[in-house]
Amino acid sequence: MYSYIAKRLLVAIPTLLIISVFVFSLQKLLPGDPVLAMAGEERDPQVIEYLREKYRLNDPVPIQYAHWLGSALQGDLGISLRTNLPVLTLVGQKLPVTIQLAIMSMIFAFAIGIPMGILAAVKKNTALDYIANVVALSGLSIPNFWLGIMLILLVSVNLGWLPASGYRPFFEDPLNSIKTMLMPAFVLGNALAATLMRHTRSAMLSVLSADYIRTARAKGLSERKVVLEHSFRNAVLPIVTLSALLFGELLAGAVLTEQIFTIPGFGKLIVDAVFTRDYAVVQGVVLCTAIGFILMNLIADVLYVVLNPRMRANL
Amino acid sequence: MTTVEQVVLSAPASQRPQSRAWRKLKANKGALVGLAIITFFTVLALTAPLLPIADPNGTNWSAIRKAPSAAYWLGTDDIGRDILARMIWGAQASLLAGVLSVAIAVVIGVPFGLVSGYFGGWIDQIISRITEAFLAMPFLITAIALAAFLGPSLMNAMIAIGLSAMPVFIRLTRGQVLSVKNEDYVEGARSIGLRHYTIIKRYILPNVFAPILVQATLMIATAIIAEASLSFLGLGQQPPAPSWGSMLNVAKNYLSQAPWMAMWPGAAIFLVVIGFNLLGDGLRDALDPREA
Repeated sequence: MYSYIAKRLLVAIPTLLIISVFVFSLQKLLPGDPVLAMAGEERDPQVIEYLREKYRLNDPVPIQYAHWLGSALQGDLGISLRTNLPVLTLVGQKLPVTIQLAIMSMIFAFAIGIPMGILAAVKKNTALDYIANVVALSGLSIPNFWLGIMLILLVSVNLGWLPASGYRPFFEDPLNSIKTMLMPAFVLGNALAATLMRHTRSAMLSVLSADYIRTARAKGLSERKVVLEHSFRNAVLPIVTLSALLFGELLAGAVLTEQIFTIPGFGKLIVDAVFTRDYAVVQGVVLCTAIGFILMNLIADVLYVVLNPRMRANL
Repeated sequence: MTTVEQVVLSAPASQRPQSRAWRKLKANKGALVGLAIITFFTVLALTAPLLPIADPNGTNWSAIRKAPSAAYWLGTDDIGRDILARMIWGAQASLLAGVLSVAIAVVIGVPFGLVSGYFGGWIDQIISRITEAFLAMPFLITAIALAAFLGPSLMNAMIAIGLSAMPVFIRLTRGQVLSVKNEDYVEGARSIGLRHYTIIKRYILPNVFAPILVQATLMIATAIIAEASLSFLGLGQQPPAPSWGSMLNVAKNYLSQAPWMAMWPGAAIFLVVIGFNLLGDGLRDALDPREA
């Protein structure tokens, strides 16, 4: 198992290197000379030269990349122009907020998507199945920022049940933290619930038509036991691995949700950085998201092997 | 003309794959609903200059945030602009962004996928590694980063979305090519000395076209949401030009005073996206040879 994980980690290295080239190249897309923007209105030639030296802009591009990569490998992703803090510190501050949002969204997605998928498969081609499919299709088609706005309008403005925005750290005030995160988590979890429902339904349908399920029914087992113990346990494998991949997607999906509900997380960090032209932060967030995504891919692969006895035997 | 083509073309029209797929698509109610929704919005977008509607950018300071009425069917916005007119003109931006960004992704992604799958070897290794790297970056974050660095505009948003979606088409095309490149008809074409370009164009591309078409249709839905998201964040269509995403961006500031400002643009995005998703699902079923 360890050698499998090590192999997967090695495979991730070229991927990460290519991503680093992309992230580094982003700054080269900027129109105009970045130093002129940094030098202010006076554009003193000495200041310009100092900045060029400081940021190694006089070096050839491959050398600039090598320096940038060397610093990034030591955890130095640059300094935020807006806050004057190291980018990695900012990411470290914002990430727990987004992880809390992502975990709560996953809970919503599991609670809605999996039971709906099981029911749709068991009641295939009935009204219940059609309704579940329509709900899933709607969940996949609704823009989450619009859903968020509509929920604020209904739940916060009209009913006054939940706060429209704001954030309380979980370890300071758990109850209010959960309360402020309920709506954003539902909004973010909604599309995932739809994806999970579709996958659960299709995984369950393929298991429900297997011979051993027919045997279980022939033995006189209750339908509940057949569905939950014999079918779902075998259908759960692709769902678990999919969930690990979806968790990575959630980190990205949080961008708009955090913007609407004014949650000071990872997603809001990148949007604020974009508008304050804090490009080091934008680059840092893209790089960290990609690393997170690759990690979740790795976890999904490992989980697949751990949960699948046939795969384990082949290692 | 080759024997395979002769056989296909000499078959009765009703037995040709295209006719069969079309018949199946016509029988799929969901796909027809999707097609109807897309047609409706496309016609609206194309005929916007001809329709008897107000100027989408014309302000009326005596009609600020007016609720829907006979004079303003969908109400007015924060500076008295007619929301119906802006919705119709906004359809142009959304549909154009959806179609063009996917076109960018297909035009660049498919040739790379064809080359990667067909030739294999080191070309395949390089293209595959780069594709994997781009697939590891979440779609929206990549699009936001690209749009931020390229500068905010509808064209740059389309380029950003197109480039972010491109790896999906490279991987899909490559996979499809791998599954057909060892088929007898391709081997046959190779054995009679046809050039690689001819083999790819005449024998590979037509046989990998169906899944690309399905993916493109579904991707238009994703691209429309992505364009609306970028415009919502201020990175897409720039004011005063209308787009559904930028209309929502303004609307979120007036939720309690003018909720209609937020309702219509979001509903339109939802409808168009559901339309493309329904059509994409229908096309997938219709073009699936296993269900022939």
